[in-house]
Amino acid sequence: MKNDVNGVSLAVFLVFFLGVTVLGFLAARWRRADNALHLDEWGLGGRSFGTWVTWFLLGGDLYTAYTFVAVPAAIYGAGAAGFFAVPYTIIAYPLVFLFLPRLWSVSHKHGYVTSSDFIRGRYGSRALSVAIALTGILATMPYIALQLVGIQAVLDVMGIGGGSSTNWFVKDLPLLIAFGVLAAYTYSSGLRAPALIAFVKDALIYIVIAVAIIYIPYRLGGFDDIFNHAQSAYAATNPATGKPRGSLVTAPQAQWAYATLALGSAMALFLYPHSVTAVLSSRSRNVIRRNTTILPLYSLMLGLLAMLGFMAVADGVGKGIKGYNAQLAIPQLFENLFPSWFAGVAFAAIGIGALVPAAIMSIAAANLFTRNIYKDLIRPQATPAEETKVSKLASLVVKVGALVFVLTMDKTVAINFQLLGGIWILQTVPTIVGGLFTRWFHRWALLAGWAAGMGYGTWKAYQQTSPTQAHFGGNSDMIPWIGEKGYIGLTAFVLNLVVAVGLTLLLNALKAPSGADETVRADYVAEAAEPVGAGAPGTEPGLPPVPAPA
Amino acid sequence: MPEETPPEATAPTPPATPVVTLPRVLAGLCLIIPFVALLWVDSYARLTPRLIGIPFFYWYQLAWVPVAAALTYGAYLLVKLDERGRAGGDPR
Repeated sequence: MKNDVNGVSLAVFLVFFLGVTVLGFLAARWRRADNALHLDEWGLGGRSFGTWVTWFLLGGDLYTAYTFVAVPAAIYGAGAAGFFAVPYTIIAYPLVFLFLPRLWSVSHKHGYVTSSDFIRGRYGSRALSVAIALTGILATMPYIALQLVGIQAVLDVMGIGGGSSTNWFVKDLPLLIAFGVLAAYTYSSGLRAPALIAFVKDALIYIVIAVAIIYIPYRLGGFDDIFNHAQSAYAATNPATGKPRGSLVTAPQAQWAYATLALGSAMALFLYPHSVTAVLSSRSRNVIRRNTTILPLYSLMLGLLAMLGFMAVADGVGKGIKGYNAQLAIPQLFENLFPSWFAGVAFAAIGIGALVPAAIMSIAAANLFTRNIYKDLIRPQATPAEETKVSKLASLVVKVGALVFVLTMDKTVAINFQLLGGIWILQTVPTIVGGLFTRWFHRWALLAGWAAGMGYGTWKAYQQTSPTQAHFGGNSDMIPWIGEKGYIGLTAFVLNLVVAVGLTLLLNALKAPSGADETVRADYVAEAAEPVGAGAPGTEPGLPPVPAPA
Repeated sequence: MPEETPPEATAPTPPATPVVTLPRVLAGLCLIIPFVALLWVDSYARLTPRLIGIPFFYWYQLAWVPVAAALTYGAYLLVKLDERGRAGGDPR
């Protein structure tokens, strides 16, 4: 499909984009604290966000542009299997209700900025905390790259950049501009920028979904017609595999994969560094608990959005085009059916939807690098002001890295790595979640379990083939002893846990040194009482004493 | 995956309030129900009855979003109640 530039869509898109750019820079002045040089300020927004700001921030953070493009794209491609995102985001909240308030409390009490800070404090093991930090950084980088893929999809459909355009510079210029702007305001405003922009992003997304879910079925003749169309489209045999393209309900042999994917993804969701960053920026543990009850509104939106995949099928988007890029299906559907000004709004929603998580992810990865690699391994005497400086620079490096990734490598590489990232993050569950409830696990056993899970998961993911890919062709494989196909990440997690439990029993029997634990039981249920962090730089208990900044 | 297991005793348990209380058990139940319902895929993997043309598989899972949110809210209220009992005052 050749796209001509639509002036109206483009103008609306640009107005919104300029608006959030201004907002991003102004954010630096929003709720400014007295000590702007402390990492708590730049990297955690002063740990001051209340229920609603946290809701927008987490919503903007977890439900990314890539999600908005990829979930309906999965439905568009294969039907029911793509809908696992809905049970996944439903069960994530009861799960995090159990452990996130504990993580918040102990982090608040000890001034932890990242989950690896907690690991180091809890287990007294630098090897373990560095392993967890590296896992987080590795899993986050491709995720940032995928946000760029989301922006690219929108730019492609709008007809600016991308596609078969002339030279590489003209082709990628719009993306470069968008990213330059993002990098600049993240650098100057820190976490406050995405928090403020998230309001705009979410308002736009909700409007677009509400309109789409009513207007598009009306244009296409109602849900009955849409699903009937989709059913016959999925039944058609795919010449590449010799099997039907997909189905409207999960087949019996696909149910294990559906359930394990939902469960494994739900367990991993809140261990991503960007989730932890958003959670720790909130003001109290009850803010988090309340959020677990109001965040599902986003899940509802995601579910409705997923239905757009069926509508794209019914509308005949990409029909008859060999090797059609499913990622373009939803933006294309918007362009086909919406009046051009509203298509512009929808594109702006997706584009801005990519900027918010990209900013938070780069901040989270930068915090991990600064606190758990730079400070722990290179310069233990770094002052909070120096930490902030390093973190700001690291956020730039991370973003440039993601940009290079997207521009130089095939899109499928980013998608493969993101698939791996999910498997990897899941391997931090025994250490982080386990550590929040018990100190029974031995630190060396956790490290060994982590290594086993990472190795197994990576190896199995590498082995998966699909008609279009020789490796990383999928995220499910036979589960040993059960004989059903299930999510590789969850199988690796079980292996990880078994190794951790077995070795803990052994190491405890051998009386191996278990390391110092600087936390006490009451820390895990502490409320926000005494000001820690921003108010008292350099006095975080348990961290090496640092000179107060001049 | 840790369910509502209380923390291992790293410090002596404060006397009087037992670890397992009725509000905690009920809160745990509220949190477990969505797991059972949604991970049991076979219970909803079918097309009918349709709702305004949407197959059962989809509207049923979507319907669980508000139900699960309400259950989590119930757990939140129960846990607050439990904390108030433990602290012997307003835990905020």
